[in-house]
Amino acid sequence: MTDKKPNVDFHSEHHTELLTINMGPSHPATHGTVKFLVDLDGEIISRIDVEVGYLHRGFEKECEAQTWTGVFPYTDRLDYTASVLNNVGYALAVEKLIGIEAPERCQYIRVIMSEMARMSGHYTCLAAGALELGAMTAFLYFVEARELLWDLIEEVCGARLTHNYVRIGGLTADLPAGFGDRVATVFAKNRELWDEFAKLLLKNRIFVDRMRDVGGISATDAKAWGYSGPCMRAAGVAYDIRKTNPYLVYDRLDFEIPVGTTGDNYDRFMVRMYELQQSMSIIEQCLVKMPEGPINHNDPQWRQSSKDDIFTDMESMIFHFKNEINGVPVPAGEVYFPVEGANGELGFYLVSDGSGHPVKCRVRPPCFQLTSSVKYLIEGSMLADLIPTFDMINLIGGECDR
Amino acid sequence: MDTAAILETGAKLAFVIGINLGFFAPVLAWVERKQSAVMQDRIGANRADIFGFTVIGLFHSLADALKLIFKEDFVPRGADVTMHRLAPMIALIPALMGMAVIPFGGTYEIGGHAVNLVVADLDMGLLFVFAIASVATYGVVIGAWASNNNWSMLGGLRAAAQMFSYEVTMGLTIIGLLMYYQSLSLVEIVAKQESFWNWGIIYQWPAFILFLACAIAENKRVPFDIPEAESEIVAGYFTEYSGMKFIMFWTAEFIEVVTISALCVVLFFGGHHCAFISDAGLVALFGGGDLGNILAMLFGVAVFLVKVCVLIFIQMIIRWTLPRFRYDQVMMLGWKMILPLSLVWILFVGVAILTGLMPTPA
Amino acid sequence: MSAKETAKESPLMARVKARFQKGDTLLFTHSFKGDDTVVVRADEILTVMDFLKSDPALDFDIILDVTVVDYWTKKGVRPASAPLQPYLKESGARYEVVYHLYSVGKNHRIRVKAPLAAATPQINSVTSLWVGADWLEREAWDLYGVVFRGHPDLRRILLYEAFQGHPLRKDYEKTARQPLIGPRN
Repeated sequence: MTDKKPNVDFHSEHHTELLTINMGPSHPATHGTVKFLVDLDGEIISRIDVEVGYLHRGFEKECEAQTWTGVFPYTDRLDYTASVLNNVGYALAVEKLIGIEAPERCQYIRVIMSEMARMSGHYTCLAAGALELGAMTAFLYFVEARELLWDLIEEVCGARLTHNYVRIGGLTADLPAGFGDRVATVFAKNRELWDEFAKLLLKNRIFVDRMRDVGGISATDAKAWGYSGPCMRAAGVAYDIRKTNPYLVYDRLDFEIPVGTTGDNYDRFMVRMYELQQSMSIIEQCLVKMPEGPINHNDPQWRQSSKDDIFTDMESMIFHFKNEINGVPVPAGEVYFPVEGANGELGFYLVSDGSGHPVKCRVRPPCFQLTSSVKYLIEGSMLADLIPTFDMINLIGGECDR
Repeated sequence: MDTAAILETGAKLAFVIGINLGFFAPVLAWVERKQSAVMQDRIGANRADIFGFTVIGLFHSLADALKLIFKEDFVPRGADVTMHRLAPMIALIPALMGMAVIPFGGTYEIGGHAVNLVVADLDMGLLFVFAIASVATYGVVIGAWASNNNWSMLGGLRAAAQMFSYEVTMGLTIIGLLMYYQSLSLVEIVAKQESFWNWGIIYQWPAFILFLACAIAENKRVPFDIPEAESEIVAGYFTEYSGMKFIMFWTAEFIEVVTISALCVVLFFGGHHCAFISDAGLVALFGGGDLGNILAMLFGVAVFLVKVCVLIFIQMIIRWTLPRFRYDQVMMLGWKMILPLSLVWILFVGVAILTGLMPTPA
Repeated sequence: MSAKETAKESPLMARVKARFQKGDTLLFTHSFKGDDTVVVRADEILTVMDFLKSDPALDFDIILDVTVVDYWTKKGVRPASAPLQPYLKESGARYEVVYHLYSVGKNHRIRVKAPLAAATPQINSVTSLWVGADWLEREAWDLYGVVFRGHPDLRRILLYEAFQGHPLRKDYEKTARQPLIGPRN
């Protein structure tokens, strides 16, 4: 026996070659249509190329051809699991550019709906994560929770998935009567389902083994890769825009941001789990604190008046006509406004030249940069690890590809 | 061999194959749907109907069968056609053959003729089950290789590694039990479990847990379904199979579930025995004579089937509760945990039997 | 831009202004609606970015966004907002590369803009400072055709390789059609 390591290249000496497989764009794990070009060395991923863009539909180009109000339906389809959040983000950016503020009640309702959207996004992410590890039952528990939530959202704005609920300076509709009671009922059931889901998975050795120490990233690397949202917090960086740059009425609400330590998939999972609870608490606080009052900004130049006003009030009718034909004349300038999306910092960068159409309506998609780091996270680990990592990164095709 | 013996064997064969293909395979498909539905707060399959009767969704199995029969029999370009056709058969037939040595009842005197309710009473019945089970691996591997598809290939590789590893371990897990019963013949093992206190589960419960884990792994079901993990490798080794060939793989899986459950019942739960009543006592209870024997036989078979169903039910609960392992974790569990544990158990049983701590049944 | 908005200058802006002389590297600064913005010469982007990242008082550790704005119109290049972009005309630029940076520790943001000429828009890549800029720059190349010098892997990202042109340029018609590409195998 000799101590000298034989200096042979395994691949050349044994005539083996890497197995190149195309995971996606239509593959059970790549929900949201993305393609992984994976070079496999046995079960180990030796090289991966993530190809996004299969859901690209020219969001920015479309927005540039729309009036400022006409952009709202397009924002719905960014992160379609949490579409009100996109509405709110865009509306706040435009309001910042105009320099108006929505009435207080509107702000509370926006927070309620944002948090519901966040919950819906997290439910989808967690449920899909469980499903792709084979835990179908857990998946359906959270799908049920999400359905109940969507029933509430449907009550408010009439749509389940793409809500198109928010407007510049206001909302399309106020909360229906008795909404608070139904929220209480639904949340009681949601908490029950949360407990069941947690019982099924969190102490399950198989699940923990699949998630722990997989796809981990350090806080420094997470910053370098431009992380934000739950993935950033899982890495131990308490970066939540609701706390660092409070918008709407978040500074008046009492909530905590869960922070992980290792930045692995398990932490990402747990951060989202606890954020669900925080969101429920935020909504309940809002329902208590919410004042009565108007939901729309009172200047008809910015917020389209009600039909009653348009038919009876001269000024309202003039602005309605002007805004329908030319779009809202948002003052020239540029702003960037970030909100905390379900996946992280959802920023809108708007450039206006004073006309009724945006010159540029850029959305900063949180999961775009997260997805770009998949290569870094996963190269060298096993094929099966790609699944939970990708799920916890939570690529949403609509948001990533725009 | 006289006519009666041929008739008897024929009847038993017909029963075993009939109950597997005619009862267990479709009903298990239904159970899997309905039970998962109950576990997941859903209603489950309830749409397929004949003249408006849905029979709590049972017709779905029929609808499935019809649909799959009429599906295009697809063979991918570049596939090895012969092997591609052969593979599902190699998977299904051994699964059915395994049932041949499993006694689903005792021995009964009917018309002056001793009827032994096992298709083939082999001295080394248990070895036969294992030997046949390893043949089923070929079906999977050949199917994977013949499909000319990378996903199938990966699935086949995983299946081969997993099934071979767990065969070794599965064999070792019940060595302790064999030492306890001092026999390899399943008929004899069942006969020794006439008294409840001799049931395998009483003294051999650690072996049962290890064996069940190995058996589920051998059968490639959740949480060991990595060869067909749909979120990773699409459908693994049967990605390129459709129609009846697909249903053959699928039926083979269900029948293996039944085989495993039947084997567990035979080894650990007293086979057809009904706890505290002996076979002779049961015949006497039903009034003796031919009728008594026939009634006792039917009762025994029923008891056996009920036990099998309970075990199937447990396997289904496991299937709908747990997520799946990663490839290396499966290997680690098999080689580094279950294998050493079963060796320890063999040692323990040996010592216990020698010192009289574990009295072997006569 | 009103006088009120220029008056409250943040320490962050003061720091940047102290480091870079106006007119040389720094073309313009403003804090419109509270968004601190510096406009820098495109050639100097790496120097500025390096300073923003490494200066302990600034400590911009996250790159949030890289995008481009095209100010082309049918009547020639026009700034969207004349008071905010006096430099655009004199530098003869058509595009602006817009970076958004954030510092977790200091909790402040900055927008860095670099005007680029019309003919061959090129700028140095900042991937050496933040790996997270990788895909963002690829996207900017894909949709605007801005070349990022030194980028490790500058390919199209959202669109396919056979796509002709860069669709977010203002002179790319919204209704423009691309030639169909058939299956490749």
